[in-house]
Amino acid sequence: MSTSEQIIPHGHVLRYALKERLTHWVAAVAYLYLLATGLAFWSPWLFWVAVILGGAPVSRMLHPWAGLIFFAAVWNMYVMWAPQMKHTDVDKAWWKAVRYYSTNQDDKMPPAGRYNAGQKFLFWGFFWSAVALLATGVVLWFPEYIPWNLRFLRYISVLIHPAAALFTVGLFLIHVYMGVFAERGAFGSVIRGDVSIAFAKRYHPGWYKEIVGQSSTPRK
Amino acid sequence: MSQATLRVQKISGHAGSVPGEDTQREYTVCKLIDTTTCIGCKACEVACMEWNDLPFGETVFDNTYQTMPETRWNYWNLILFNEHVREEDGSLMWLMRKNQCMHCAEPGCLAACPADGAIIQYTNGIVDFQQANCIGCGYCITGCPFDIPKMNPKTHRVFKCTLCTDRVSEGLEPACIKSCPTGCLHFGTKDDMLDLAGKRAKQLREHSHFPNAGVYDPPGVGGTGVIYVLHDATKPEIYGGLPKDPHVPWTVKLWKGPLKWLGNVAMVGGLIGLFVHYLRYGPKAREEEDINPGGKP
Repeated sequence: MSTSEQIIPHGHVLRYALKERLTHWVAAVAYLYLLATGLAFWSPWLFWVAVILGGAPVSRMLHPWAGLIFFAAVWNMYVMWAPQMKHTDVDKAWWKAVRYYSTNQDDKMPPAGRYNAGQKFLFWGFFWSAVALLATGVVLWFPEYIPWNLRFLRYISVLIHPAAALFTVGLFLIHVYMGVFAERGAFGSVIRGDVSIAFAKRYHPGWYKEIVGQSSTPRK
Repeated sequence: MSQATLRVQKISGHAGSVPGEDTQREYTVCKLIDTTTCIGCKACEVACMEWNDLPFGETVFDNTYQTMPETRWNYWNLILFNEHVREEDGSLMWLMRKNQCMHCAEPGCLAACPADGAIIQYTNGIVDFQQANCIGCGYCITGCPFDIPKMNPKTHRVFKCTLCTDRVSEGLEPACIKSCPTGCLHFGTKDDMLDLAGKRAKQLREHSHFPNAGVYDPPGVGGTGVIYVLHDATKPEIYGGLPKDPHVPWTVKLWKGPLKWLGNVAMVGGLIGLFVHYLRYGPKAREEEDINPGGKP
């Protein structure tokens, strides 16, 4: 992650390499489309969303393809990040102290690594939801080809697909809240790639120690 | 059109009330199929194709009187044939059942449909698909306990029997009824048809050695706009797989009921919760502090 040729401004460190940022935004754009069209199919009150997006038949046609793009991006995240998302003892302590985290008393938090326990939960929540959404989504893509004696597949899919989607909506809301509003600097990091050293020290002290120890020429 | 829209009592994927809701209605219409006098001539199949201008499709021969295994998007009316050996005396029965949309009082297709106005139920009980509003999702296929809605693979629109709603609205009986040579098909009000069916079932029980004869009007879907007289109402399955106790799948009910309610509360509650959290706690730190730790310029 710190091997990029990118020029990092003084007092900043690279947090997300270009590949990571690209993957994030492919997933994000696909997810926003899936969320908009999915909500249109979810509630009659939001059916107009599909009308704005080119008509409900078009939304029905493109939703599964956007789902495939989203899953591919999430799978790429899995390949890139799964080793960093392993649950550690620090994470156990982090969850115990989560009330300090949610009330902005970050100095009372155990030192998180590159990802804190909440971010790891978000990652695995999205990963397993994506798996469930893909499996049930394939059934919902071609319901007319599911034979009558396998109709239970359709029955469980119409329940699991929206339930898993609702779970991701919860994760998504918290993710956007944290990234855009609560942790100033996080949103820029997933666009430009870097964070200030102060940001790294405050939110990911374990990670900061790691990258400073790694680099041959210590950063200022 | 004003009269026609007033006759609508349920609309799929619809926010708000519907035009015919809470209006007065004297009767619902009903088709009665007496399987005990059906000879499987398939005149009703032809009449259905003729009236609805459906093309003659390829049939599938399976060494029985079956025309094809199941209804198609452009073949809405199909006689299902079964050679049944009676347990009582080992005698053979040729069972014929005219299969088509059952026009449920509580239709699973309509409950599952997310497209505004793609499926409507008239106040006379007819459940009708409006292909112009269909989005091709196929949820109706999942909602139906009778395996009736069929998708056109090319246009991704779903079709089924309309109970000849165009004829019925003009005071005519459905095309299939008109074509039946044995008089096993009847059309009228639900009350009249139930009365007629009940009398026929009684006749079968008392005079024709069918002690289990009865009427098929499944309560699991609120009753149907198509009812059957069966020689053996305790075994509807032998009539081409007529479900014994059909109901809208419980997962569909859970999805469209409690899950929808819970999900909406959770989403709106989550948004409000996060907003209030921000008002109370604000951001974790200001970006200026990161650039100038301690706040010194």
